[in-house]
Amino acid sequence: MKNRWLAAYAAFAYLFLHVPLLVLTVFSFNASRFTHWEGFSLKWYAVLLEDHRLIEAALNSILIAVAATALATVIGTIAAYGIWKRSAPVLEGSLYTGLVTPEIVTGVSLLALFQGLFHYFNFRLGLHTVILAHVTFSIAYVVIVIQARLKTMDKSLEEAAMDLGATEFGAFRKVTLPVLMPGVIAAALLAFTISFDDYVITSLVSGVDTETLPMVIYTMARKGVSPAVNAMSALIVIGVGALIVAAEKLQQQHT
Amino acid sequence: MNHVLEVRAVSKSFGANHAVRDVSLNVERGELFALLGPSGCGKTTVLRMIAGFETPDRGDVLLDGKQIAQLKPYERNVSTVFQNYALFPHLTARQNIEFGLRHKGNAIGDLAARTQKVLELVQMLGKEERFPARLSGGEKQRIALARSLAIEPDLLLLDEPLSALDPKLRKRVRGELKDLQRRVGITFIIVTHDQEEAMAMADRVALMNKGILEQMGTPEAIYLRPKTRFVASFLGSVNWRGEYGVRPEVVRISPTAPRNGARSHRAQIHSSLFLGNCFHVEARLEDGTALTAEIPRQDQTYLPGENVHVWWHPDDEIHLPAAS
Ligand SMILES: Nc1ncnc2c1ncn2[C@@H]1O[C@H](COP(=O)(O)OP(=O)(O)OP(=O)(O)O)[C@@H](O)[C@H]1O
Ligand SMILES: [Mg+2]
Repeated sequence: MKNRWLAAYAAFAYLFLHVPLLVLTVFSFNASRFTHWEGFSLKWYAVLLEDHRLIEAALNSILIAVAATALATVIGTIAAYGIWKRSAPVLEGSLYTGLVTPEIVTGVSLLALFQGLFHYFNFRLGLHTVILAHVTFSIAYVVIVIQARLKTMDKSLEEAAMDLGATEFGAFRKVTLPVLMPGVIAAALLAFTISFDDYVITSLVSGVDTETLPMVIYTMARKGVSPAVNAMSALIVIGVGALIVAAEKLQQQHT
Repeated sequence: MNHVLEVRAVSKSFGANHAVRDVSLNVERGELFALLGPSGCGKTTVLRMIAGFETPDRGDVLLDGKQIAQLKPYERNVSTVFQNYALFPHLTARQNIEFGLRHKGNAIGDLAARTQKVLELVQMLGKEERFPARLSGGEKQRIALARSLAIEPDLLLLDEPLSALDPKLRKRVRGELKDLQRRVGITFIIVTHDQEEAMAMADRVALMNKGILEQMGTPEAIYLRPKTRFVASFLGSVNWRGEYGVRPEVVRISPTAPRNGARSHRAQIHSSLFLGNCFHVEARLEDGTALTAEIPRQDQTYLPGENVHVWWHPDDEIHLPAAS
């Protein structure tokens, strides 16, 4: 009896999470531009291919997310490892502060920093500042995910590796890192998602020439959502879904 | 000089906590040596200094006569079997064993043969392709042992190797481990807080208390000729009677006074428990002191309230000053 309720609850929660995505995907194939079904059509995908602004924004978003994820994952993993090896309360605390600071505050302060710096160096706002900003705020998420994994890791594993002849670096590379890998992948996925859909900070530090997908969609949505946006979103959902499935497959190889 | 390991006046503090103070040990080649003592006395710290995970504040550690106190763990030919085994979870049992061979053992050539040999030694052939998560506690321990044995260390360190096993298994593994040590001929140092375990397995025992070494010797020597009251009491029970003590198993009980020069006292039986292999008798002496005796099953049984004589041979008395 209890189990049946639990199953029903789980099913409901699952639907709640995924029905919107499903609806979105279905309507991206709708012949009509309105929310009643008129028949299957790929015309919004054709419209999407013609929309250079949307395509460029999507490419920007992907580029930013990939670069920021790579940097934040490397830096965050090393930071979490360092904090685990020798406790660093100040560093740890400052990371958590980053998490609870409102985005608008982070955005404005980053903007002030960049403008201050660019006063002395010949730089302008653009893709690179967006990437830097994204690295800044996703590091904390990476650290937290990796820390959770480290907490379950046996401290004597590295000692065992050195006992068997590995150097400190060898122990990290051959034992710690592989054991942490599921956490690293999870952290990277999280960083990617956070970067990909950030609006507030991005719009503040992107300057005048750079647009990301959330910025474009936000502007378009005010004039009513074009089904081309649905089509783009459906592609993103499929892309991210594929990434997650691939990551799961990778992790399962070890256990 | 046949000492494979010499520890000379080693000390280690953690902050204000003097975990190990002036401990000196010598371990002979090929012996099974036990480091025994109550919880928190510094056994693990000594072991970790021998393995290279801690550096002593003072003192020397010599392996084969060479100073190793400052060397990294990967620079000394010593291996540890960790209390929780510390098997690498992302590697199979075989890969765990090969890890050490690739890094420390200079046997890349006959990797497969060496792995096969140690798997056979610990009777784990057929399970080598499993990941640690799919091994039982006992099997994990065997793989951890195999992994350490594979690199053929001068010294194998085992921290509480039996404590994670269930009590039934413990006695069996105790025998197997000793057997294995004899066959491979590698020097073992075993850390334990169980005196019975240490006595049953070890050629020699070092007993520690509160960071210092109390006594080192064969199990018989330290049991029969303890140097301090702590040693005497830790290895077995003692009835302390002022300046000396007697162990319960040397106390005899008879209805009449013995005529053999033994030290004899009138007493009354307080309680008598049948323990299978012996009787555990509590007697109250005329002077009001209590005395515990363990008497063989073949002896006459006594009932509470009975008046008897308790006696022992003066040779069996342990003479040690009280406060020490
Ligand atoms: N890394 C450390 N930092 C601080 N104190 C420590 C550390 N390692 C050990 N100690 C302290 O040193 C003392 C000896 O510890 P050790 O682990 O060597 O004892 P032990 O004899 O192995 O005990 P047990 O039988 O409980 O394992 C203890 O008081 C312990 O709290
Ligand atoms: Mg210990």
